[in-house]
Amino acid sequence: MTKGGLRRVGVLVRKEFLQLARDPRLRRVLFLVPIIQLIVFGYAVSTDIRHSATFVVDFDGTAEARRLVEVLESSGYFDVVGRSRRPADLVRALDHGDAVLGVVIPTGYADDLSRREATVQLLVDGTNSNVATVVLGYAERIVNGHGIAAAGAGVAPPIELRDRAWFNPDLDSRDYNVPAVVGVLILVICFMLTALAIVREREIGTLEQLMVSPLTPLELVMGKAIPFALIGLFDLVVVTGIAVLWFRVPFAGSPLLLLGSSLLFLLSGLGLGLFVSTVTRTQQEAFMASYLLFFPMILLSGFMFPVSSMPALFRWISLANPLRHFLEIVRGIFLKGVGLAELWPQHVALAVLGVCLLAVAAARFEKRVG
Amino acid sequence: MSLRRLLAIARKEALQLSRDSRSMALAFAMPLLLLAIFGYAISWDIRDIRTAVWDQDLSADSRELLDAFRASGYFSFVTTVSSAAEVRRLLDRAEVRLVLVVPPAFAEDLGAGRTAAVQALVDGSDANTATIVLAYARAVVQEHSSKLRVAGETVRPPLTADARVWYNEELESKNMIVPGLVAVIMMIIGAMLTSLTIAREWERGTMEQLAATPVTRLEVVLGKLLPYVVIGMTDVAVISLAGIFLFDVPFRGNPILLAILSFFFLLGAAGLGVFLSAAARSQLLATQMAMMATYLPALLLSGFMFAISVMPKPLQLVTYLVPARYFLVVTRGIFLKGVGVEVLRTEGLLMIAFAVAGVTLAVHEFRKEIG
Repeated sequence: MTKGGLRRVGVLVRKEFLQLARDPRLRRVLFLVPIIQLIVFGYAVSTDIRHSATFVVDFDGTAEARRLVEVLESSGYFDVVGRSRRPADLVRALDHGDAVLGVVIPTGYADDLSRREATVQLLVDGTNSNVATVVLGYAERIVNGHGIAAAGAGVAPPIELRDRAWFNPDLDSRDYNVPAVVGVLILVICFMLTALAIVREREIGTLEQLMVSPLTPLELVMGKAIPFALIGLFDLVVVTGIAVLWFRVPFAGSPLLLLGSSLLFLLSGLGLGLFVSTVTRTQQEAFMASYLLFFPMILLSGFMFPVSSMPALFRWISLANPLRHFLEIVRGIFLKGVGLAELWPQHVALAVLGVCLLAVAAARFEKRVG
Repeated sequence: MSLRRLLAIARKEALQLSRDSRSMALAFAMPLLLLAIFGYAISWDIRDIRTAVWDQDLSADSRELLDAFRASGYFSFVTTVSSAAEVRRLLDRAEVRLVLVVPPAFAEDLGAGRTAAVQALVDGSDANTATIVLAYARAVVQEHSSKLRVAGETVRPPLTADARVWYNEELESKNMIVPGLVAVIMMIIGAMLTSLTIAREWERGTMEQLAATPVTRLEVVLGKLLPYVVIGMTDVAVISLAGIFLFDVPFRGNPILLAILSFFFLLGAAGLGVFLSAAARSQLLATQMAMMATYLPALLLSGFMFAISVMPKPLQLVTYLVPARYFLVVTRGIFLKGVGVEVLRTEGLLMIAFAVAGVTLAVHEFRKEIG
């Protein structure tokens, strides 16, 4: 590009920033969306299920039975919200959603326990399958452990599982989710805003004015894309900073690598935005179209639902999703501290997807403009 | 209020809607797209966990234990390893999620009546999946452990838990997702589509024409709502039927109760959309506001995907303001629990209150005066 071209791009970038600064709606999108996402995924999404509401039906009524309930409660995982001697009360509590777990202690429990053959019944509300799996796991472990402790020596289980979680020893889901917000945010900013910014010129009719200016189509695209790329990188720094300083998410890898792969990822975001701007006429349409693309991309990226749980067909489809590759990179860098030696396939995929998307979109754009 | 004028507005809105291809796409393609993705592609059900095995004991006992893992159906053994460096490499590259390590003294410990240990190394970066993987592994070990004979006797644990899951016996995430999807899709149809209606009249300058007609504010608002309520009810029926027949989601309650409560919820959501539309007077701003105010909370803070009981207290308080939270209790209650009015009384009254509030807000905000 010539020196004049560089200057023209610079002027356009400046104009975009001025326009952005004067549009309160865009400012809201730029700052509100990242904050809401960080709050929700930093605070709301957790698998650490404590204080599950528990309903106890105690037919035995002995001190032994009470001790079992105490053990459940003192674990911190279960809060007893109701006790009764009638099973119908338990059914009502589960039907109303007042309790997630029901513990039924049968008559003769204390006697059975002294003979080492006691059983208690656990009823779990399975409507939220996730919560139910975890709650059931905790309850079974505590009940079995209590039995062994209560029976004294000589009944240790023959085999014991010693588990260790790598990369995230506390199994804190925040550490997994917050870094991924970085990827989603860069996508929102580059993709949606690029599309909106270009379509707005068309809608207001100022695209013609830009066309008669000495800007070439390439310079026009660059001038439109650079401001959002810069904002995307700025958001990257802010979100990473909040993640590390506020949410205490470990950052084990190289910040430089994160910056580099974010630049690669930006290519895809800008390419998609440019593409959407060539197939829509109004900001409204651009908004809807980017939304229709954006939502499946997030769902099929492994952001909330693991890619490994998808059927094979969708696993293949997700290979064409730049967000999937970027999330693997971001999580690898944050949690595992791995580098290019492990993450090169994702980088290659991002580069290929980015260049292809950008090339297709730029070709369409030039045709429509020219 | 004149029914004729109301229906005339509804007819005009329906005609306009049927000619607006992108709104129609959003009304019918979006629910199907979401249903396909949620129904077929994604789930939290964890099967075929990619597992590597490091059997340092190589005894008959260790093989039996590993067979028990394989037979459970949850674990798929993809490779065996023989060094710590290999374990590290596999977990670093996310090639396996779990590594089972059987230590050299496993059979010896078992034979001597000591507790034999098995190590499970899990990739904890996805905490949700890791928690469930460990729960499965623990269950397999416990089950296998209880079958073992030590010195000719089975060692039965002194206290066992007889666990039963209600409402969603197989613990499948689709049974939790599909009824929730009804609520989310109704928010999209109800609020996001209607958020365009009044703003469009303002943007296209047809507001003057509308103002010049003899229709009252209530007639305009109800007339504009009606087509969207019809579309929304169709979508509810389509999703419910697809959920029941394509995805085998149980439906244990009363379909009429679901239809009635859906109607009120939809009316409230649509009223909210018209309110935002009248307040924003710009289609772009109105859709964005509708997304922020209705759709995102319905998706994230209603308990649809993320359990409310797990959220921190301040956020839990916020969820009380999310109408979809209550509607979700209704859909899951009717689909999975098969409960009726006696349980859903509060939620039912809240749906009616939401409908009244939505329409009142819309009528209040919608003004015919120009300028």
